[in-house]
Amino acid sequence: MKVTILQFPGTNCEYDAQYAFEKLGAKTEILWHKSESIPSDTDLLVVAGGFSYGDYLRSGAIAKFSPVMKAVTAFANSGGKVLGICNGFQVLTEAGLLPGALKRNESLHFISKYHHLKVINNDNIFLEKLNSDDIVNIPIAHHDGNYYIDESGLKELYANNQVLLKYCDASGDDKKNPNGSIDSIAGICNKEKNVFGLMPHPERAIESLLGSDDGVKMLQGFLKA
Amino acid sequence: MIKVIVNVFLKAGVLDSQGKAVHHALESLHFNNVSDVRVGKQIVLNLDESDDKKAMADVTKMCEELLANTVIEDYTIELIK
Repeated sequence: MKVTILQFPGTNCEYDAQYAFEKLGAKTEILWHKSESIPSDTDLLVVAGGFSYGDYLRSGAIAKFSPVMKAVTAFANSGGKVLGICNGFQVLTEAGLLPGALKRNESLHFISKYHHLKVINNDNIFLEKLNSDDIVNIPIAHHDGNYYIDESGLKELYANNQVLLKYCDASGDDKKNPNGSIDSIAGICNKEKNVFGLMPHPERAIESLLGSDDGVKMLQGFLKA
Repeated sequence: MIKVIVNVFLKAGVLDSQGKAVHHALESLHFNNVSDVRVGKQIVLNLDESDDKKAMADVTKMCEELLANTVIEDYTIELIK
């Protein structure tokens, strides 16, 4: 199992992602964005969090034109597994690999804290180690995490089981959410279920000593490849 | 040389939290006659170009590909000689 982790100028979660996947037994490689190809032994491509290009213009807007992104799109379109975390999710929506967009948080504040999430659909490799309605506790850290998609797009997400995770409280109530996301959506996948994006950081919830190891069950799903 | 002003705003129907916050702040300053506030961004370009049509076509492409995210944003383009 080989995990390739993308690094743009301003990415800052690549080493956390590397730590998490190596702890789970995967081989990893950090790939600088100037590369025009992806290592051929890549089983999972991670677009890590951070502030690519300083979030200038819009989060992820400049990163989508990095040399590596053509190879990322080709990899995804040929069925390769891609996981975008936080800024990585923003990059994947900007690049058109995932539907919708991430707006400024409704409160206009940067939010950094643990938050409960509810599993909505687990019929995908990412969440198959979890059950629907399971609740996990995972850190969020973002300024632009307010997921938006128009009404017809939202219907399509539900129809194809593309909604993966919703923000909720400890009891699983998802009526309120931290950032204004439509229907409290925290993570989605594409129709083909090989491209995944979420704002919360499972790679930061790997050690119970540090608050939570709920991220292990999430990332483990990828490891059977 | 053509100067081009691009304005980018959230689409009507997409909640503009910054606009709302500014609106509340104006009300707290007792400007009670403001009915709506939208916050957007302005991008000013200088093009080495003399053909208006070509400039308009180029900047439209720039907006579609980079300057605006058309999932959530609308844009306007104004050419200034």
